[in-house]
Amino acid sequence: MSVGNEEVKKIAKLARLELTGDEVTALGADLNAILGYVDQLSALDTTGVPTLEHAAEFGDSWRDDENRPSLPRERSLDVAPRSVDGCFAVPKIIE
Amino acid sequence: MEPYQWTIHEARERLDKGEISSVELTRHVLARIDAVEPKVQAFNTVTAARALADAEAADRMIAGGNAQPLTGIPIALKDNMITEGVETTCSSKILSGYVPPFDGTISARMKAAGAVLVGKTNLDEFAMGSSTENSATKTTRNPWDPERAPGGSSGGSAAAVAADMCLGSFGSDTGGSIRQPGALCGVVGFKPTYGRVSRFGLVAFASSLDQIGPFTRDVHDAAILLAASAGSDPLDSTCSDRPVDDYVAGLSAGVKGRTIGVPKEYFIEGTDPAVAAAVQDGIRQLEAQGATVREISLPHTQYATACYYLVATAEASSNLGRYDGVRYGLREEPGDLLSMYMATREAGFGTEVKRRIMLGTYALSAGYYDAYYKKAQQVRTLILRDFETAFDAGVDLVVTPTAPTGAFKIGEKSGDPLQMYLSDIFTISCNLAGLPGISVPCGFDGNHMPIGLQLIGKRFDESTLLAAAHAYQQGTDFHTRRPQL
Repeated sequence: MSVGNEEVKKIAKLARLELTGDEVTALGADLNAILGYVDQLSALDTTGVPTLEHAAEFGDSWRDDENRPSLPRERSLDVAPRSVDGCFAVPKIIE
Repeated sequence: MEPYQWTIHEARERLDKGEISSVELTRHVLARIDAVEPKVQAFNTVTAARALADAEAADRMIAGGNAQPLTGIPIALKDNMITEGVETTCSSKILSGYVPPFDGTISARMKAAGAVLVGKTNLDEFAMGSSTENSATKTTRNPWDPERAPGGSSGGSAAAVAADMCLGSFGSDTGGSIRQPGALCGVVGFKPTYGRVSRFGLVAFASSLDQIGPFTRDVHDAAILLAASAGSDPLDSTCSDRPVDDYVAGLSAGVKGRTIGVPKEYFIEGTDPAVAAAVQDGIRQLEAQGATVREISLPHTQYATACYYLVATAEASSNLGRYDGVRYGLREEPGDLLSMYMATREAGFGTEVKRRIMLGTYALSAGYYDAYYKKAQQVRTLILRDFETAFDAGVDLVVTPTAPTGAFKIGEKSGDPLQMYLSDIFTISCNLAGLPGISVPCGFDGNHMPIGLQLIGKRFDESTLLAAAHAYQQGTDFHTRRPQL
């Protein structure tokens, strides 16, 4: 299976990466090489084999639903690129 | 021997006897950093003032009779561990200048234990790599040969211990990122069981695989650092609430009577003959210490690297979605919201990170999910079953080389991502199966670069694993060798 430039651009958009033209070409070539390597998995018969999402031995972990101290709002906002009136600020999205 | 060369347990004895204060020990370590860091480049940030303040506090704890095993001990943390008030970059431009307003659990536990933080160490950007060359910050050198890479992704943490710039350090291991640089730098690198150490405040790469663990000069110190870091955490729901064993007391159990499996799939063409020979010597040493050795088969080993690079990149593509320029880190703002996301991520991520996000996004995308991501998760089951079959048949531990070669030259593999991925071939299965693994120095290759022997244990059976590795070090002195700097 080979990934073409248009598909690379489509994946980049899904991943919110604004690739340059050179990056599209280079990453496309890398992807094809890596996909060529991982294609060896298709040789394995996995019919009926369950998926393994993680190697943890536990199920859901529960704790009491109680108030606990959290980071003060202003300390969270201190590290934000821009904040206004106690909120994270982003470019306007609704006129 | 200089104080900065002490093991943690030696330093503990001397601090407790009052032969040296933590402030004095810390000054020795900071002077060592001043002397050799220009050659090694292990640190993104050296926290000298913080270290001296930590050391003064530690001396008060010791004087008050409240010393814990790490009180007053200078350590370093990989720069993907959140540290309140200390820049945490993940060696990425996208987090450059980010000073967290909170502590991750590893940082908080080290503080509570009275440990002294000397700095944050370099890594492959977001822990994605096997050489630490994918850092946006600097190129870390292998202390044994500055032209060679320290391995990765925790190359800074490994090099800092190898170059005596701290007494121990923590790294994170997703596919070998503690054990492989441990091997390449000639120090102990230990990845505990998945879920043994809290990851709250460890910047996520691949959440089903990531695990924090220590780098140390010997196995005794690794037991000390695990004991100080392991245990349940209400802030990490994947962290196990199983009781934490007394790992140090368990070291004396040795390896006598244990059955060690040698998987034939790990002694393959492509492995440096010097590595294979050193590991075979190591296996004989374990036998001499009383272990029974037998050949086993882990038949799906050859599929581990392919499986890993689908699972890990799929999870990474999701985890790294948070870097959007909104709440922290870099923001590029050329126009509307979408262009802000795209431009921020384009400017902030390096090539390997983009490569992995792209591969992961592709593997999860409509039409390819079953062929790639789901398939990889099924293969992951087969890899876990390989180990379970061996353990069910009476094997207590598995022994392998840690990496197929010693340290490679800087630039040697960086142009070929696939070749770089294959340097993790012996460490990846352990993460996929969630098992604990440790690398201990076991010899030197033809370039006089260190070689690592890997022991893999049963889930949450760190005690047996550490006792075996400790027994190995009782009969060998590779872990006492030092690079000339």
